[in-house]
Amino acid sequence: MNLHIQPAPVRKSIHVNAPPERAFDVFANGIGRWWPKSHKIGKADLDEPVIEPREGGRWYERDVDGSECEIGRVLVWDPPSRLVLAWQLTADWAYDANLVTEVEVLFTRDTNGTRVDLEHRHLERMGESADAARESVDSPNGWGLILQLFSDEAAR
Amino acid sequence: MTNANRVFSALHDPTRRAVLERLRDSPCAVGEIASALPVSRPAVSQHLKVLKEAGLVSDRSEGTRRIYFIDPKGLGAMRAWLDQFWEAALAAYVAEVDSKEKARE
Repeated sequence: MNLHIQPAPVRKSIHVNAPPERAFDVFANGIGRWWPKSHKIGKADLDEPVIEPREGGRWYERDVDGSECEIGRVLVWDPPSRLVLAWQLTADWAYDANLVTEVEVLFTRDTNGTRVDLEHRHLERMGESADAARESVDSPNGWGLILQLFSDEAAR
Repeated sequence: MTNANRVFSALHDPTRRAVLERLRDSPCAVGEIASALPVSRPAVSQHLKVLKEAGLVSDRSEGTRRIYFIDPKGLGAMRAWLDQFWEAALAAYVAEVDSKEKARE
């Protein structure tokens, strides 16, 4: 049977004690200073993720051995208020140029700093991409990997 | 409990992960799951209940049997994982911004 699931976007809102200009700068240009090192797609250890500061720029991770792995690209670069990134990783953690899920980050000045609203949307496209992958090759459908990720997290 | 936490707590149990692995091969009834695992039928029913509440498993009637199946694309689990991921990543981001601001004071 075919099951159609439309997952709701992931939404997060946080506050930082800095003006939008610095909040945007740390998020985008400083992503290598806060991105969890455990979340990587390359085989080598993660050095740092990089967001090229322009619309159409690459979003990739650089590993300690010098290799680079694509994560996605910059869809909207509008400092200090808005950043939209394409997260182009499938459910089995491979880069797919045809898959675009969006991460929109809004920076809004509030009384003593900035409110940061993040939305990761169009997650259902990961399912469409999984279908396409299954049709072409008998690839793992992501379940094994996701279960592994969960048990790794649970074991921490 | 948030949905992500519910999923994490559901998957924390190795028997429940084994139940999911079994369902990943094909949809099946409680008895078929129980015969493949060293646990009783009522225990399997209990595990299925937790997995269902976490949104990882669904069921349908087939005659007198109740057939359990998982979201074939793993999107529910993927979403929960991303939810947890962004929670952790943004906490690290806030800490980074705040430490910079402290250094400026």
